[in-house]
Amino acid sequence: MSSLPAPLTLSDHDRRHRTLRRRRRRETATAWAYILPAVLVVLGLSIVPFVWSLLLSFRADDLVTPSRWVGVDNYDALTQDPHFSQAVRNTLLYTALYVPLSMALGLFLALVLNRRIKLVGLYRTLIFVPFVISATAQGVLFSFILDPEFGAANSVLHALGISRQGFLTDPGQALLVLVAISVWSGTGFCVVIYLAALQDVPPSLLEAARLDGAGRWQLLRHVVMPTLTPVSLFLVLWQTINALQVFDLVYVTTKGGPLGSTTVIVYFVWEQAFKNFTAGYGAAAAYVLALALLAIGVASRLVRGRRPAGAVLVEGGAK
Amino acid sequence: MSATTVEAAPAQARPAPVAAPRRRLPFSPWHLLLMPLSLLFALPLVWLVLSSVMSNAEINRFPPALWPSGIDLGGYRYVLGNAMFPRWFANSLIVSAVAVASNLVFGALGGYAFARMRFAGSRVLMVAMLATMAIPFQLTMIPTFLIMKRLGLIDTLGALIIPSLVTPFAVFLLRQFFLSLPRELEEAAWIDGCSRLRVLYLIVLPLSRPALSTVAVLTFLTTWNDLTWPLIAINHDTQYTLQLGLTTFQGQHHTQWAAVMAGNVITVLPVLLAFLLAQKAFIQSITSSGLKG
Repeated sequence: MSSLPAPLTLSDHDRRHRTLRRRRRRETATAWAYILPAVLVVLGLSIVPFVWSLLLSFRADDLVTPSRWVGVDNYDALTQDPHFSQAVRNTLLYTALYVPLSMALGLFLALVLNRRIKLVGLYRTLIFVPFVISATAQGVLFSFILDPEFGAANSVLHALGISRQGFLTDPGQALLVLVAISVWSGTGFCVVIYLAALQDVPPSLLEAARLDGAGRWQLLRHVVMPTLTPVSLFLVLWQTINALQVFDLVYVTTKGGPLGSTTVIVYFVWEQAFKNFTAGYGAAAAYVLALALLAIGVASRLVRGRRPAGAVLVEGGAK
Repeated sequence: MSATTVEAAPAQARPAPVAAPRRRLPFSPWHLLLMPLSLLFALPLVWLVLSSVMSNAEINRFPPALWPSGIDLGGYRYVLGNAMFPRWFANSLIVSAVAVASNLVFGALGGYAFARMRFAGSRVLMVAMLATMAIPFQLTMIPTFLIMKRLGLIDTLGALIIPSLVTPFAVFLLRQFFLSLPRELEEAAWIDGCSRLRVLYLIVLPLSRPALSTVAVLTFLTTWNDLTWPLIAINHDTQYTLQLGLTTFQGQHHTQWAAVMAGNVITVLPVLLAFLLAQKAFIQSITSSGLKG
């Protein structure tokens, strides 16, 4: 602006220049006042902890006494810690089961619910409602239903002539039961997202394919599925990030047991930092998880190219 | 353009006449699949409500009664008579209400500045804020605990409130929405001497209801339902939130399942009510935040 052709009088130029500068300075001040709370909270409680966590992971820290530098010892110890490798295995197994199951069931239900039949709104509501229930409430509810002695689940099995199951108290079943509970609550989300995407399948495209003699399966495979690909990729990313971060449900139902069969990575981090008071070690484990999540994020970015939605998505999973 | 609408109409109506000749049942055969499936989804919640009104005798026998013989409010009386439970409810309500209000206020202010104002460093700041969304909470929770400890806030509601005051999600969702509004509306008022704040309050915000309700709904859902952070930040049971209280409640009252389930109903109720009352806004907020941002 200041490089505009010089006005006739110098004083006028000066005055205008000064007003402009003052206005811009005031604009900057106002803008900063508007964003300051957000900047303070967001950067103060994420960038600072992000760096702090990295430093912490190179130290031995019990959250009380002064910490001491140990270099990569924490990471070294993680590679040799059988509990950590078990946590990684459990988390991967949980993710590998939960993501495809919830998505497949979600897609199937969305395709069915996309029809114009009566009560479709009621069905959608019933399937979606578990999603808004907190993991805590889910955990408490299912601990009750699946109680090996008094639970309703075993009494139903009893009526069917099947012997009592241990469910969450059986090391061989507990993780699978957790997957089942998560599928129960997480499928509604996939249904809603897929339903929204199905609205975007152009009717003219379906009509054209139908006129060309495409059957139901061919329509699904060659017209509907391709238009759903971006949404499916999003859901893979979203569900995976959420699955890798599972904690609340585990804490409420099994506390990582029995015999460590449901210890997931976040539970491991929490246990190290806030139960065993080895915060540095916990921070190192958290960094391993964060790097895995970052790798997934980067990979998905490469697959999907530039899509602005991606960045906004990660937040919901972060809490 | 009119051609496509004409084409679209029969395409929408087509399935009905095609399916009609094959139909033998008085209703769509899909109900045979959807009815049991959706019941399966609803059953645990139905059981939650049923068991909360059972007497302890009905719950503690095997096999347990699958239907209460009468409505026994003992569980609810026990929970509400418990000195702590109403307090936990109030704590949850305070933390969630503050989070919703402050996310709306600070999210709108921040979003507006990013959308409409030019200032040095705005791009860098915006990228930095966007980047923080990729940082998982588990990575920041240990240092956040240490920060709160240094501030002397551990074991107070302040430790729960401060981290949830404003999320980058709120700032960005609102920024994106503000960008989609036509500038001209604001400029007229602005030139007439309206201050930025008045423009935001009188013109921009009333037009931004969908985005604001998305932020409100999702903030309420995540704060009300959160367990991890309260678990870390709070030790003393007078400061518990409902979710945290429920986990300890369960351990202490294992035999009193009716009471535990009554507590669970009370914990779930606000979210459930919010969802049933504003179902459309709820679902829209989930899909819009998920897909369009």
